[in-house]
Amino acid sequence: MKPATELLAGQGHETWLPLLQRAAEEVFEIMLGAKLEPLSEATSVPASEITSMVGLAGQLCGVMTLRCSADMAKLIAAKMLGVAPDQANQQLWDAIGGICNMVAGNFKNKLTGLSDKCMLSVPTVITRGDYTFQSLADAGTLEIMMTFENNPIRIALEVHS
Amino acid sequence: MDKIRALIVDDSSVLRKIVERSLRQAGIDLVQVMEAGNGAEALGIVKEGTVDLILCDINMPVMDGLEFVKQRQAMDLPKRAPVVMITTEGSESHVVQALSFGAKGYIRKPFTPDQVKEHGFSFWSDNHEASD
Repeated sequence: MKPATELLAGQGHETWLPLLQRAAEEVFEIMLGAKLEPLSEATSVPASEITSMVGLAGQLCGVMTLRCSADMAKLIAAKMLGVAPDQANQQLWDAIGGICNMVAGNFKNKLTGLSDKCMLSVPTVITRGDYTFQSLADAGTLEIMMTFENNPIRIALEVHS
Repeated sequence: MDKIRALIVDDSSVLRKIVERSLRQAGIDLVQVMEAGNGAEALGIVKEGTVDLILCDINMPVMDGLEFVKQRQAMDLPKRAPVVMITTEGSESHVVQALSFGAKGYIRKPFTPDQVKEHGFSFWSDNHEASD
């Protein structure tokens, strides 16, 4: 694996996609006991209603986002807490923020030499999907689309520098 | 195994519940679980009562985990429970800093119950034997 500094210099961000996917799969497997599956072409992707964001600052600057439906967020919270989905309403922001934070941390720890040179913000969670996400210093976007119990989930890293 | 009074410090209430569940799944006999949403709240609990084991996140609002272990180290406490950091941060400098302020080790998120048992209980056990 190339060191992160080399990848950043060469803007070879696309080579990070498998790492981002593995980081997300590990978090879901370990924390939820659930497997993320690749999104099939037949799966319809509804508008995201919940967006969790974690900022990265330091040698890698950017924003990690995790977007999904409200039902999916509720399901994630329920799995994390070991309760029924209808009992997880109060914790869904917290759960989605925590998952996004762990995916971001797990991802940066997979980039050789970056874990010590990149810090994470505390998560921010946005509800409802009627907004446009626009970065003023966008150096590229990595995005993976997966499904969790047949619900689509979109995880993206907007790389700023 | 003695019953343990654990303090779990994390800004996420969901993560606090998961840490508690992991401790129980790991077979750690918890007689009491105290929760704090940041380092400042945790300092208040540490001052007030007896805690046997502290599991603490690093990246938190108000007061982060590093500041918590630093301020706790400076406090005059009758009993000093082992602190294990639980964090998404794999930063070596953060870990070294936490250890220099008295933390006994760290667990990286995402974590399994086995990892919690291996780190949390072994540090508690070592500390317990040393204080006996």
